[in-house]
Amino acid sequence: MPLLEVKHMTHYFGGLRAVHDFNLSIEKGEIRGLIGPNGAGKSTVFNLITGIYRPTEGDVLFKGQSIVGKHPYQIAAMGLGRTFQNLRLWRHMTVLEHVKMARYSKLTYGLFGAFFDTRKRRREEAEAEAVARELLDLLGVHNVAHELVTNLPYGMQRRVEMARALAVEPEILFLDEPTAGMNPEELVEMMEVIRQVHAEFGMAIFLIEHRMKFVMELCERIQTLVFGEVIAEGAPEEIQNNPKVIEAYLGEEVET
Amino acid sequence: MTSTAAEKATQSGGVRGALGRFASPFKGVPALGWLFAGLVIALLEMYFGKFLAEGVLGLDKLPALFGSLIIFKKPSLQFPFIFNDLGTIAAVIVYDLVIYAIPLVLVSLLTKGLANKLAGLVYKRSVLVSVLIHILLLYLALRLWTDISTYRELVTRLTMIAVIVTLSLNVINGYMGEFSTSHPGFMAVGAYVTSVFTIALFTNSNYFGEAKLPGSWAPFLFPIALILGGAVAAVSALVVAIPSFRTRGDYLAIISLAFMFIVKSFFENMEVVGGPRGLGGQPDLASFPVIFVWMALGIWIINNFVRSTLGKALNAVRDDELAADAMTVNTRKTKMTAFLFGAFWAGLAGGLLAHVLRYINPGSFGLQKLAEVLAMVYFGGLNSVLGSIVGAVSINLLGEALRPLELYKWIVIPVILILVMIYRPTGLIAFREFDLGEIVKPKDMKEGDDAAA
Repeated sequence: MPLLEVKHMTHYFGGLRAVHDFNLSIEKGEIRGLIGPNGAGKSTVFNLITGIYRPTEGDVLFKGQSIVGKHPYQIAAMGLGRTFQNLRLWRHMTVLEHVKMARYSKLTYGLFGAFFDTRKRRREEAEAEAVARELLDLLGVHNVAHELVTNLPYGMQRRVEMARALAVEPEILFLDEPTAGMNPEELVEMMEVIRQVHAEFGMAIFLIEHRMKFVMELCERIQTLVFGEVIAEGAPEEIQNNPKVIEAYLGEEVET
Repeated sequence: MTSTAAEKATQSGGVRGALGRFASPFKGVPALGWLFAGLVIALLEMYFGKFLAEGVLGLDKLPALFGSLIIFKKPSLQFPFIFNDLGTIAAVIVYDLVIYAIPLVLVSLLTKGLANKLAGLVYKRSVLVSVLIHILLLYLALRLWTDISTYRELVTRLTMIAVIVTLSLNVINGYMGEFSTSHPGFMAVGAYVTSVFTIALFTNSNYFGEAKLPGSWAPFLFPIALILGGAVAAVSALVVAIPSFRTRGDYLAIISLAFMFIVKSFFENMEVVGGPRGLGGQPDLASFPVIFVWMALGIWIINNFVRSTLGKALNAVRDDELAADAMTVNTRKTKMTAFLFGAFWAGLAGGLLAHVLRYINPGSFGLQKLAEVLAMVYFGGLNSVLGSIVGAVSINLLGEALRPLELYKWIVIPVILILVMIYRPTGLIAFREFDLGEIVKPKDMKEGDDAAA
């Protein structure tokens, strides 16, 4: 049984068909890429699977269970972590608070604990903090644990977001353009981070990326999405040489 | 944020530098030292205040609130316009210096070493005990200070209630970042429910007949009445919460405003509880210690909540709801809980208020009340427990101090608010954590003395 399976997913925004007959099957520990030109519907695919939109047609199975119609927080708690293309960090919260927040679903002390500062709450908060600090350590941002995220350089913010996604204890990690806005140096670092995280936790990774070098090096299989439809699927080399993909990215070659 | 603060500091370096030089000796004074000073001031005024004011300075009576009521008089067109004559003002200033300013400076500086030593001694043994001792001393100082005049006591009791209300609104408007305007409504619900409970059970009234329980039970059942009032207010908050938290946006402001007016006209049309004439004759249950305990409890519980990850979820929802959702936070539940929680404390504060004033009418839970509460929240600072306390105390005291100005009061206070909004848009003390353990810590402790916070 695949970890995540998407069957014939189609989505309309009003009359606009954003995604058409999208199929996907990701096994445990696999790294999968999704590429495509701007506006192809890549982020929409992410939002459909993670529950932000509900697909018009089709089914999404996570660990064999249909997750269509579930709230994003429920899907996340099942073990689906994600990052966002345009860094959705909480501007008034510190780095440590960010990562602790993603442990929300693991907390069981309830409102009583929150109001009366019970022993259970102290223990669970301490546990959450220990997990958070470990992740910050892993991603090399432990020394800014008490900084507000808005005070950090961009590359570090990306790492914080990654740490936050990992605190959900994901079995599959969705990365929406993890290198957007990064310089080549930061890009190499990010690649290292993803490799390291994958080696450490062994979760499946599904990533959207624009930079070919990045996708080619990391992913085992790649799908190419154009105008909401998958036009090619396969190993990186196949995709790289696929005339349809080249056409979608560079335009059709015209005989002169 | 730090960069703008730094810029400001360089701009007005002269004034700030002078202030800093003046304040530097006080930096090392622990909370305990300030409480010592407070106690000394209270005792000094108790034994020496009347003599100084009436015997030496020739004032009519002891100044109740730092003499502001004596300094100001009815506005007039003649010099000095809104102030009393210069001799009286000078007398008041001398009084304030002798009773308040000089002892404050002397005691806090002279006992600095001792206070730090004592604070350290207790702190190292148990933070909890240390916190409790501080609260006890604060209570003692306040109690002695308020014992001198009934007016002062009333103002203090109302201020403490205002602290609860402000905090409860800050949970919604500050921590959650929504704009709720229904707090007077919740207070009204709490006030009426609690009043009906106590009037019907413990007093002989025209409305509810003879007392059903002996009056001696009243102080013990009063907490239940208050919690009931708060709980009913929280349930009534569902009316606002269910429709407005389906989506985010300006809905809450509109719906909650409507709710406030509905509650007001509901009670105006309820003849059983007096209709527009109001409801009076509540037993005298909200004494100074009772309100102090509820305020302390309220601050403790609300502060616990907003500092837990469950409470921090409010900040996450405010700053980016989508991200919060994707990080397993149940956003709808979070918003509903916080809103009901805020309504509960507003209702409870309403109940206390009803038993301080011992008369309530629907008219007093209208727009004016709303403006007051909002002013306290935004003046003090969003997303900050300490800010709410500061906001409630300063706006309340300011309101009382400027009372002689009558209508002009409503020019002066808004101008101050506007200035705060221009120079500190989020309020005086915004976005700060309130850590009692940190406050009661002796100031001479070295960084390494406890684990890095």
